Amino acid sequence: MAMSFEWPWQYRFPPFFTLQPNVDTRQKQLAAWCSLVLSFCRLHKQSSMTVMEAQESPLFNNVKLQRKLPVESIQVVLEELRKKGNLEWLDKSKSSFLIMWRRPEEWGKLIYQWVSRSGQNNSVFTLYELTSGEDTEDEEGSRFVGVS
Amino acid sequence: FLWTRGLLEIIQTPGNQQRGVRVYDGEEKIKFDAGTLLLNERNHECRMAISLSQTAFIEEQEAGIRKSAKIAVHLHLAPCNKEPGPFQSSKNSYIRLSFKEHGQTEFYRWENMPGRVRTVGILGIERKLKGKRKKTEKNISEAFEDLSKLMIKAKKMVEQGDIIEDETIRFKSYLLRALTRETYGSGTQYHMQLVKQLAGILKAPLEEWGGIMSLTEVYSQEMELLSPDLVHACKMLEELKLPRRLSVFDSGVMIIELQYHKEEEMLASVLEMILEKGSLTSEEFAKLVGMSVLLAKEGVLLAEKMGHLCRDDSVEGLRFYPNLFITQS
Repeated sequence: MAMSFEWPWQYRFPPFFTLQPNVDTRQKQLAAWCSLVLSFCRLHKQSSMTVMEAQESPLFNNVKLQRKLPVESIQVVLEELRKKGNLEWLDKSKSSFLIMWRRPEEWGKLIYQWVSRSGQNNSVFTLYELTSGEDTEDEEGSRFVGVS
Repeated sequence: FLWTRGLLEIIQTPGNQQRGVRVYDGEEKIKFDAGTLLLNERNHECRMAISLSQTAFIEEQEAGIRKSAKIAVHLHLAPCNKEPGPFQSSKNSYIRLSFKEHGQTEFYRWENMPGRVRTVGILGIERKLKGKRKKTEKNISEAFEDLSKLMIKAKKMVEQGDIIEDETIRFKSYLLRALTRETYGSGTQYHMQLVKQLAGILKAPLEEWGGIMSLTEVYSQEMELLSPDLVHACKMLEELKLPRRLSVFDSGVMIIELQYHKEEEMLASVLEMILEKGSLTSEEFAKLVGMSVLLAKEGVLLAEKMGHLCRDDSVEGLRFYPNLFITQS
């Protein structure tokens, strides 16, 4: 179900790959980067990555534009994601990280809503059922499909 | 430093050339003769004024009162005790530099006095400066030890709209020379434009001081290199292109307005060019509008600071784009 990824306009804008000194501009830039990282990882079902991989990934490296976000700036973006709760470092040296394009609490909320709607409160069911069961084939439930 | 605390728009009354510089302590003329700076007002930041202006003004004689273009330079209030010759402090918080219409005449008179070899103008001043260089530099550095106090005061003045901030010490000393330098020979207009450009650079970041050095150097072709810094700065010379217009100066407030006005013009020009071309480097912009690269860079950085532009920094160079991050959101 991998649809072609649609890059945002910023991805084709050279300044996107330079960390902006103007604070307000930088704020917008980082927000765009965070959004891009999350949607990229979500589409490619990538939940973890190393910083090295990130550097060479088309995510931060636009070969066609001949621009890549320098590693120090990548780290700024990752830190932003961490602050927002979408990223966790997997090691102390910050060489690899977990990407949560939906934050755990958001998942919890969704699951609860789904469970409530399908009237299955107070019964226990497994993660398997949740992520692959027939009940999950309705629109809302399909959100859970394929989630690791 | 003093001079740069004030607005350094050197302006002329319409149709006239500006020549000399006279210092007004507040509204009063100050008297000075060679080697001594006498002030008859109170509360002057004499230490700095004296060490540099004494040196700079060492050749100047008092001139007649004349209504002319002035620059208000606001000063830090501090007692001074350095220079020979008495002076008290001033009740005014600023001194004024007057560009007399016919100051040149007096300088020429001075210059032509028998026995005085090149005592006026750049070379004369420079010789004296060279002779007193060590002393001056010592005075300057001592004077600038109070800079932090000055900055607080200056900050307050900036908020009140009285003065413009500047943080380059070297720049200030050279700027003083540029300001107090009498033109000799031809090229007054040229010199005034230089100083005006200098004033325009006032707000620029430290990196601009190289450009200012070059201005000073061009200002005085015969200026002897006084310090390694100046030598270095001169090596950074770029071709200077001067603005054509000089504005009329009326009062301190007017100067500040003029300064902003100039900035607005610069910003408008930057934006126009970048929108037209899609993106530009400072060098390209400089070439397009016919100004020095350093001035162009200043304009571009200002536009970036204001949020109009964003930058693309790569192996291809530093290029500026319209700030789509803001406009496209």
